[in-house]
Amino acid sequence: MHIDRYERNWIRFAGGLLVVFVAALTVAAVFLGVRLPGIAEQTIPIAQAGGEYDINKGWIRELAPRRYEVNMRARVWSFEPREIRIPAGSTVTFYIHSDDITHGIKIQNTTVSTMIFPGHVAKVTYTFDKPGEYVFVCHEYCGAGHHFMSGRVIVEE
Amino acid sequence: MSLAAIKQYEMPRSERNLYLSFILIGFAHLMVGLFLGFMQGMQHAGIDLYRVIPIVRHYYQGLTIHGVFNVLVFTTFFIAGFLLFVTSTSLKKPINLRLGWITFCVMTIGLLLTDYAVFTNQASVLYTAYSPLEAHWTFYLGLALVVVGTWLQLLIVGRMVLQWRKENPGQRTPLLAFGALATLLMWGLASIPLAVLFVGILLPWSLDLIPGVDVLFNRTLFWMSGHPLVYFWLLPAYLSWYFMLPKQVGGKLFSEPLARLAFLLFIPLSLPVGFHHQYVDPGVAEGYKYIHFILTFAVFMPSVMTAFTVLASLETGGRARGGKGLLGWVTKLPWNDPSVTAQLLAMVLFALGGISGLINASYNMNLVVHNTLFVPGHFHLTVGTAVAMTFMGIVYWLVPHLTGRRLFSAKMGVVQAWLWFIGMTIMSRGMSWAGMLGAPRRTALGSAPYFMDEWVLPSWFTAIGGVILTISGFLFFINMLASLWLAPKAEKQVEVPVAEPLIDEGEKMPAWLDRYTVWAGAAVLLVAIAYTPALVKLISDLSMTVPGLKPY
Repeated sequence: MHIDRYERNWIRFAGGLLVVFVAALTVAAVFLGVRLPGIAEQTIPIAQAGGEYDINKGWIRELAPRRYEVNMRARVWSFEPREIRIPAGSTVTFYIHSDDITHGIKIQNTTVSTMIFPGHVAKVTYTFDKPGEYVFVCHEYCGAGHHFMSGRVIVEE
Repeated sequence: MSLAAIKQYEMPRSERNLYLSFILIGFAHLMVGLFLGFMQGMQHAGIDLYRVIPIVRHYYQGLTIHGVFNVLVFTTFFIAGFLLFVTSTSLKKPINLRLGWITFCVMTIGLLLTDYAVFTNQASVLYTAYSPLEAHWTFYLGLALVVVGTWLQLLIVGRMVLQWRKENPGQRTPLLAFGALATLLMWGLASIPLAVLFVGILLPWSLDLIPGVDVLFNRTLFWMSGHPLVYFWLLPAYLSWYFMLPKQVGGKLFSEPLARLAFLLFIPLSLPVGFHHQYVDPGVAEGYKYIHFILTFAVFMPSVMTAFTVLASLETGGRARGGKGLLGWVTKLPWNDPSVTAQLLAMVLFALGGISGLINASYNMNLVVHNTLFVPGHFHLTVGTAVAMTFMGIVYWLVPHLTGRRLFSAKMGVVQAWLWFIGMTIMSRGMSWAGMLGAPRRTALGSAPYFMDEWVLPSWFTAIGGVILTISGFLFFINMLASLWLAPKAEKQVEVPVAEPLIDEGEKMPAWLDRYTVWAGAAVLLVAIAYTPALVKLISDLSMTVPGLKPY
């Protein structure tokens, strides 16, 4: 079987390039901590949830200075809580569940992006260093009012 | 070779009508889908046409029809007509016409059910049909019947190829039939999970026979078939680029072995990649996402080979026509032929589409682009241009060939192709740009309270590109309708372009480049490796409890 020399080199070059890309992304995942949601998070019970911290409601609580936990509830077509105020430099862990159908959340200008399924709890952690307003939106189609489903994280000085 | 073998095969009228029916139904649906796309683009720019033109109740009903018609109906119906046609042409005998018309009826009944569901706003769940969003049962049954139609095509083409091999021992399957069978075989394997999902779960669920669904299990089944589906659209376009277009530009197929290898590689590599659509799904292990990330990069390789072989084949044509220098051959290509121009421009944008696809597939980089407008920015270059415009290019010779009339206007066709190219460049740029700035996809952005100032300009790109595309589509349909009914009869039937290989490999061609079984086996093995533990976990955790909802 005859393969042209240039074609052989082109295939090698393109293959090599893909290997470089894979390596770069792997480094970002393993050493820089840019991680995808995984299986471990799906059913983690929130520590001491109950009372005013009912798992089925939306709430924010401070665990330690600049350390927050948010229990977020998504449903057609709103997030609860829809406004989250925290000081700059706070690390927030979001536990997000859905009451009805599939939703998604993307917090603008962050790496926070996850699907939200009924029956699963999505867990995402992010540190908000820069003050400002971070809008979050539902990024999975969830019916006629999907485009109304949003909220914001306000990071104060 | 005997004279009988060289003689062109005379296709009976009933057979030509079958192919024509498939193709016309496909394009008629594309026309509707295209117009709804125009309305979506305008909506993003703040111009709400849904009240003015009440063909649909709202943005999302229109979006559902746009997706279902353009990527499910148009592609599948065109591909049915085209693949059956090339098989018959290259093996020089009619397909089993009875089975052919049965296939047509099954698919058309399915299509009518789907049309009913989407036009009555009883299935505004988008083409991905993510449960627990629930649609009317006609939607699931209709689409399932369309898939059954693709299996019947596999049966028709597979039997013909086997028969041909028996009659021609020791010879390689002609390239067009070879490619058609590889495409249908890949999809035949890949579509099984989708059939299980639609017929086994969603249909009985929509009829209230089962109370609820498991969201993650259903998504996993969907994407097991959902990504191979894009190669089912793409391979018929590759078939034209490799085995037909070189002839249309006066060249030859640069490398027959690599062309065959690329088609065969798609059989195993298309399948085990579905989790790259589920990178941000909670409940799927990171390790499995990583494996699918690597495998998705692997399926990039046959496309890399295609890029070289197809360009080199075009170059043989350009040089045969007197092209000189490094790039001088490009200008010598027959740019006045709408079929050629459409396909060449489709390739240019496909290069960008391939690269943006690599970004989507890039594991944690997906966090930035997931479910943003970057994704439709990508696939309007691939399925919306590489595939759709190649199919239009094919139709520019295929419809005249089938009807015996001339193409109404070649000039109009060339203009149409350039307009599509320009419109898509602008629109896709707008979508990708807005997506990088965080604009979500599948969203009536024009009505969103959180619409950001920096999305304004990209949205105008999207709208203006969409207008140009609509004009292009309109020209295409005018040209087609006129070619069907107004154009004069051709003195000589338009020939089917079939490219010859540049080098006759003869005995040197390895036998494994004309075998399917081993590649199908490799596909099953790879799917087993890439999915088994994840599926075992999903099934052991299976809880079909989430009830449906129709919030549309």
